[in-house]
Amino acid sequence: MGVGIQVENLNAWYGHTHTLQDINLHIPANHATALIGPSGCGKSTFVRCLNRMHETNPIARATGVVKMGEIDIYKDASPVEIRRRVGMVFQRPNPFPTMSIYDNVASGLKLNGFRNRRVLDEVVERSLKQSALWDEVKNDLRKKSGASLSGGQQQRLCIARALAVDPEVLLMDEPASALDPVSTSKIEDLIFQLKSQYTIVIVTHNMQQAARVAENTGFFLNGRMVEFDSTHKIFTNPSDKRTEDYITGRFG
Amino acid sequence: MSDVRTINKINRAHRFLTDHLVTGLAVLSTVLVIIPLVAILVYLLYKGTTSLNLAFFTHVPAPVGESGGGMANSIVGSSVVLGLASLMGIPVGISAGVYLAEYGAGTHLGNLVRFTADVLNGVPSIVMGIAAYSLIVMQQKHFSAFAGGVALAIMMVPTVTRTTEEMLATVPHAIREAALGLGVPRWRTIFSVSLRTASPGIITGCMLAFARVAGETAPLLFTAFGNQFWSLNLNEPIAALPLQIYVYAISPYDEWHRLAWAGALVLIVMIMISVTLVRIFADRGILKGNS
Repeated sequence: MGVGIQVENLNAWYGHTHTLQDINLHIPANHATALIGPSGCGKSTFVRCLNRMHETNPIARATGVVKMGEIDIYKDASPVEIRRRVGMVFQRPNPFPTMSIYDNVASGLKLNGFRNRRVLDEVVERSLKQSALWDEVKNDLRKKSGASLSGGQQQRLCIARALAVDPEVLLMDEPASALDPVSTSKIEDLIFQLKSQYTIVIVTHNMQQAARVAENTGFFLNGRMVEFDSTHKIFTNPSDKRTEDYITGRFG
Repeated sequence: MSDVRTINKINRAHRFLTDHLVTGLAVLSTVLVIIPLVAILVYLLYKGTTSLNLAFFTHVPAPVGESGGGMANSIVGSSVVLGLASLMGIPVGISAGVYLAEYGAGTHLGNLVRFTADVLNGVPSIVMGIAAYSLIVMQQKHFSAFAGGVALAIMMVPTVTRTTEEMLATVPHAIREAALGLGVPRWRTIFSVSLRTASPGIITGCMLAFARVAGETAPLLFTAFGNQFWSLNLNEPIAALPLQIYVYAISPYDEWHRLAWAGALVLIVMIMISVTLVRIFADRGILKGNS
């Protein structure tokens, strides 16, 4: 089951650039939350702070409190533990090129030393079914490399790989921006199904996409969160002028 | 409009000429590079095969004045010394390469290691022999197969280090992020994802280093020293093909000259076989390990 995330006074820097300023926000459990805003506004940095990927960049740092349930992810746990509980899907599909489809899905468990073959088989099948890829690859699990799939299939493989470690939260950083419309709609259907079991945070440039999949939407601008509300409210009756300008296409 | 067309026409002829000129030059250079290689190989085959017989592979060198004899002990000795060198040089080289690519980028120590590796690469091989001589032979007070292995290992390290570093640098950042994002610790990401993705290039680097030291004579002169008899003891002088070829080639006897040719041919074939075997195993994924 998913878990809610409480963000308090989150600030983040890349070198001397203050990329995120005083972000406060509650992401409810088992819902999809969309983050929108122009390029460079800090949405990606924000999601990378939620699984402590931000700090893998040597010049990056972050302050503030991010609570996942009762756990303060910056105080109570190591980055490795947090990343096992908070899965991430990146903008460009990034399957491991040297691994078969099966090994890609099982990689999160295998690389952490988990070897029980029977359980791995089950997890791979379950995850590929969850990501709606099972029927397309079930006969080539060990024969084909993850990199031999099409772009859309690769992205669903990456989703299966993230789900296989049984996370509570799934972060998606523009998961469909490199995909064609058919693959995009498949990913969106998937998000729709997955949000009953996981807390999903999706960064997107596509406002229709946000409207289609997310209950709540946050609007970021210049490193600040301008507005956070139900998706319906944001797109029909935003309280901030800047949000209205952005969603009506007056800038960005 | 017609002006633009004229210019386009001239440009087209110009491009056509340049294209063919450059292609021609590339082909010419390739041929120039291949000619000496093929010439050496053919001459070696011609000279070597005529002196090869079963005794060459089964007998130790005959004493002066007696005919016959072979290089069986040198073939085994070379394999032992090269095996030792690879066992020591490749792990050290790969580890140093991992350090340079993953941890030492931009640090003073990293720059120092990289600089040292580049300098070491250009140091004459006889100097490596002297280094191993003073480090090991002088301490132990006798020549040994082990000292020869160390001398060759030191020669392998810079090539292996730099190729490992360069190959790791070509592994896309997105792949590392994928592993880190799954909660895989950094060391595990480096070993099971980055190194594995870069493994074809790293294996090529190791093979280049191996092939290069396999033919080295100078570093073995005062380390492995050579041996006219059977020895598998790592603490004793051991025979090696390049040393035996050297001894026979500068001798005044025709038969020894012929044996030297045969030795050179066997050495090249041995290198080719080892490189091919590693390639086959690497392609089958045996060296890549099963995550």
